[in-house]
Amino acid sequence: MYIRLHPFRSTHHFMMIKISIRDLNLFYDRLQALKNINLDVKKNEILGVIGPANSGKSSLLRALNRLFEIDGARVSGEILLDGKDIFSIPINDLRRRIGLIFATPVVLPGTIYKNMSYGPKLHKKFSASVLDEVVSRALKAANLWDEVKERLDESASRLSGGQQQRLCIARTLAMEPEVIMMDEPCSGLDPISTAKIESTMLELMEKYTFILVTNNTKQAARLATRTAFFLSGQLIEIDRTEKLFTSPSDKRTDEYIRGKFG
Amino acid sequence: MTFRIGPRTNQIIAYSVLLLMTIITVLILFFIIGYVFKNGVGQLSLEFLTDRTREMGKEGGIFPSILGTLLVTIFAILIATPLGVGSAIYLVEYTRGGMIRRIISFGADCLAGVPSIIFGLFGFIFFVIQMNLGWSILSGGLTLAVMILPTIIRTSEEAMKAVPYTYREISYSLGGGKLDTILKVVLPTSLPGILTGVILGVGRAVGETAAVIFTAGSSLGIPTSLFSSTRTLAVHFYILAREGISMPKAYGTATVLIIIILAVNFIAYRLMHRFIARYY
Repeated sequence: MYIRLHPFRSTHHFMMIKISIRDLNLFYDRLQALKNINLDVKKNEILGVIGPANSGKSSLLRALNRLFEIDGARVSGEILLDGKDIFSIPINDLRRRIGLIFATPVVLPGTIYKNMSYGPKLHKKFSASVLDEVVSRALKAANLWDEVKERLDESASRLSGGQQQRLCIARTLAMEPEVIMMDEPCSGLDPISTAKIESTMLELMEKYTFILVTNNTKQAARLATRTAFFLSGQLIEIDRTEKLFTSPSDKRTDEYIRGKFG
Repeated sequence: MTFRIGPRTNQIIAYSVLLLMTIITVLILFFIIGYVFKNGVGQLSLEFLTDRTREMGKEGGIFPSILGTLLVTIFAILIATPLGVGSAIYLVEYTRGGMIRRIISFGADCLAGVPSIIFGLFGFIFFVIQMNLGWSILSGGLTLAVMILPTIIRTSEEAMKAVPYTYREISYSLGGGKLDTILKVVLPTSLPGILTGVILGVGRAVGETAAVIFTAGSSLGIPTSLFSSTRTLAVHFYILAREGISMPKAYGTATVLIIIILAVNFIAYRLMHRFIARYY
């Protein structure tokens, strides 16, 4: 007889977690934007993050890739990426591995190609042909290739809003990230563009881990594997999306998703 | 009974007044240029542009002055542009709008308002005498560089401040460092604005008289090195007119000066438009 300590179970559990957040607080001067957050992001899931304005959703994303540092904010607590403290990872490497897509698509001045190659060029020296390959692969993955393949040397700002947002996604994909964070990626887009971006996300889900911050609760319900509800800097509830939207355990979650506030 | 103006009439009056103001402004500009051209174009000839100046300017051409003007201006721009743009980068990207930035900006604004003859006097005492550079292209160029520095700093600063913060966020979020962000995103985006500042600087430097007469001197010889004294077009014009040497030659010189300034502006704006059309 021997006692089995479930070694596989714990490793398995560990393997499933992409990002682990422990006791995370984030301060802008005296304003506390995140309060004692504990949260795991699983590999290859789409984690929806919902909540009213100023609930800390964006701050969460900016904490994960340490973008808060350029705002002069401070954090306490622990964030692990694949079990490794993000503050011990070189910052450009961290930001390559955790990509961030902003609410309004912002293309950098210059051509479509220049936008696409900006990230990859910062990280590695590519030969021209390899760089072309990286760019075209990322554009294909973002479902933009067919629309732009003839005009890579045109100014990126001539693309439509929806195309620009897919370009932003492609630009992030070109860095071969592991996690893609999106901050209300469809807030300024029409329904057709939104549908294109959503289908792109679902296609990409196998390869990447997504964190999707959205003001549109229906979008979270459509896409997210699990959904977290934030309110004034606190994580109120996190659960499987169906569960959260049908029978939330917290009264405030219920009120928010039924549109009583926010 | 009160007299009231209806909104429609109001619009028409406002439109007319503004149009009139614009017309007056443009007319003044064209009148000055036209007047100088009318008196000076007759003097223009290949010989006038390429010949040495003889008999203090009464005879011959203005080649030494054209060369002197270009050398002094180019030298000033080459010194002032990197200094000015560098300071602007420091102010915008590294000081976070604190006290230091306000003090330096205030200083630059004050410096921009100092009359050019003060710069001339400073250049004479500091560069010509103290540093023993003598009346030379070097002294003149350095003095002009100090004089146009504030213009370049302030326009570059404004241009860089106008670069959306989101561009920087994008660059950082793609893994760019501060220097990558400045060199690859902020500078290219603000280049048209920076160039505007440099053009303004060129305009001031080319047309400057008081600051160079004390520092570059008024020699009519063809400059052979940076230590040669030279007489710029503006100084030449001033001396010809002030000492009554030759009014026709003075107008001819002024015409060339104006053509140079117009050409610099024209070329710079063409370049800028091409740049903007390419990237925005």
